[in-house]
Amino acid sequence: MQRTKVLDHIILLIGVFIMVAPVVVAFTTSTHEAADIHSNGLSLTWGGHFAETYETVLTRQGGFTGKVTGFNMMMNSMILGLGFAAGKIVLSMLAAYAIVYFRFPLATAAFWIIFTTLLLPLEVRILPSYEVMNTLKLTNTYPGLIVPLLASATGTFYFRQFFKSVPDELLEAARIDGAGPFKFFIDVLVPLSRTMMAAIFIIMFVYGWNQYLWPTLMTTDEGFFTLVRGIKQILLVWVGSNIPDYNEAFALAILAMLPPVMIVVVFQRWFIKGLTESDK
Amino acid sequence: MAAIDIAEVSKIYTGGVEAVKSVSIDITDGELIVLVGPSGCGKSTLLRMVAGLETISKGTVKIGTRIVNQVDPAERDIAMVFQNYALYPHMTVYDNLAYGLRNRKTPRAEIDARVTEAARMLEIEPYLDRKPRALSGGQRQRVAMGRAIVRKPAAFLFDEPLSNLDAKLRVSMRGEIKRLQKRLGTTSLYVTHDQLEAMTLADRLVVLNGGRIEQIGRPLDVYHAPASTFVASFIGSPAMNLVKGTLEGSRLKIGTHTIELGYPAPAAGPVTVGLRAEDLRPAAISEQALLFRVDYVEELGAQRLVHGAVEDQELTVVLAPEMPLADELAITIPADRLHFFAANGKRLYRQATTGLASARTPTVNPEPAL
Repeated sequence: MQRTKVLDHIILLIGVFIMVAPVVVAFTTSTHEAADIHSNGLSLTWGGHFAETYETVLTRQGGFTGKVTGFNMMMNSMILGLGFAAGKIVLSMLAAYAIVYFRFPLATAAFWIIFTTLLLPLEVRILPSYEVMNTLKLTNTYPGLIVPLLASATGTFYFRQFFKSVPDELLEAARIDGAGPFKFFIDVLVPLSRTMMAAIFIIMFVYGWNQYLWPTLMTTDEGFFTLVRGIKQILLVWVGSNIPDYNEAFALAILAMLPPVMIVVVFQRWFIKGLTESDK
Repeated sequence: MAAIDIAEVSKIYTGGVEAVKSVSIDITDGELIVLVGPSGCGKSTLLRMVAGLETISKGTVKIGTRIVNQVDPAERDIAMVFQNYALYPHMTVYDNLAYGLRNRKTPRAEIDARVTEAARMLEIEPYLDRKPRALSGGQRQRVAMGRAIVRKPAAFLFDEPLSNLDAKLRVSMRGEIKRLQKRLGTTSLYVTHDQLEAMTLADRLVVLNGGRIEQIGRPLDVYHAPASTFVASFIGSPAMNLVKGTLEGSRLKIGTHTIELGYPAPAAGPVTVGLRAEDLRPAAISEQALLFRVDYVEELGAQRLVHGAVEDQELTVVLAPEMPLADELAITIPADRLHFFAANGKRLYRQATTGLASARTPTVNPEPAL
């Protein structure tokens, strides 16, 4: 009994090590000076430059034109992540509501067409999407960053499955209670979907936060750069005898991880609830 | 308060399945009508058509003086109690009760008064702040009823409201529904598959089979004079024994046994004979008695169900538990307790001068007329 317990813990510890060690190394390394990192490589010791590195990263005017700070980029990422997650939830809930609760011609066909788009990653349609946005003069704007990514087969699918599991009697009771389609949606379905919304929110926020290719394409103005792009930007200065600011890249990477981690921590309870159970 | 008039209502689903076939029921104001039948007999469909949750394919439903075929459920002035209660899980009990009133723009003070009154009536006051998930099955059932009561509708529609409760609770809730309905005097339509629930609750019950009405009548009338073999076997527990027999003049032959009826037989030739298990009595062996071979016994405490056969036709007899049992018993039945059914299952009525009149007043004359 005792032995299996030890073994269990060893397995768990190995798992923790594999997952956490890179993050810890990135964090400790980020506290060293760029030159140290360049000559000594990654480091597990505390470098003592924590405050100044992070301050620089957050506030220094960086980038090619020198008008974007780490903080700006973080805000951009936040806007992209939040707008992306919220927009996707609203859109996919409405789509699922239509598919599940309204009898319209070809409803099933419509659902399956939406569903098959799951198989098409963004990259497949990235050029036409860019063309559309460009024609609409939406490049270098937040709507341009967010809107083309909003249609979500995953979200629609999740909400459809959830709505289907809501007992029909609830709709009937609401109808007898005098609630129309809009009231039923707002008063009954939305509150019931809270855990589901939280779960989708997390997934979509992280997905939006981590977007790289689309923002790279859509934004040429550095004022719209996101954190994920910013990291890349720092490493791009390898010109001549310049040493890239490795410490700042690591610091940005750590900063880029924080909001998603916080969101997961805050929503974790709901997240698990949303994916595993429902309080019907 | 209103009468409900269901006139030749049919439900035909796309694909041609006819779930309800030209059903007509007149429900007078304040009456509690129970729709009873096996699953798939169309009873719930009929209820849902009255509620407006299903469209009416043919016929008309009138609530009060208004034909409601095209009226939205919310506008029909009805309230419904569902089998799974259908409480809004995210709302407190108070909000569950108040929701329908709020949607109707009822003044806040009145909502408060009505909810308080209903909660008091149903003894759910202590739970008004709780969510449904923190309530027991019986309490949820009460909340579901409360939601119907606060609306003060013209009619209550109950869709198997007790089937999710355990047996003991079901009996007490049954009594409570009956009491509440009498107290409020609200016209009610109640669907169940449980014949006991139907018998105990109904002012009149409607036995449905395959989308058609088999019989409408007061519980005792239906019990004592089932209109068909279906009703005979459905209403009453244990089910009425149905055996093959032959009528000859005023004599009934069951296998090799002959029973003198003492009145002119309603038909001649082969018939189905109905014998209530509780009408069969042990007797001395005689010409009139049937020889009953005991197969097995079910003890119910107050009485004993003895299953067996007369020749090769199965019968169930209710006997007193203190009666000694032998492998074979002689049993008799009073001739006026016999029911006769034609080959198509329809009841053969005795040509009796007082038959119908006395059947309608079973409390005055407990002897059923045939």
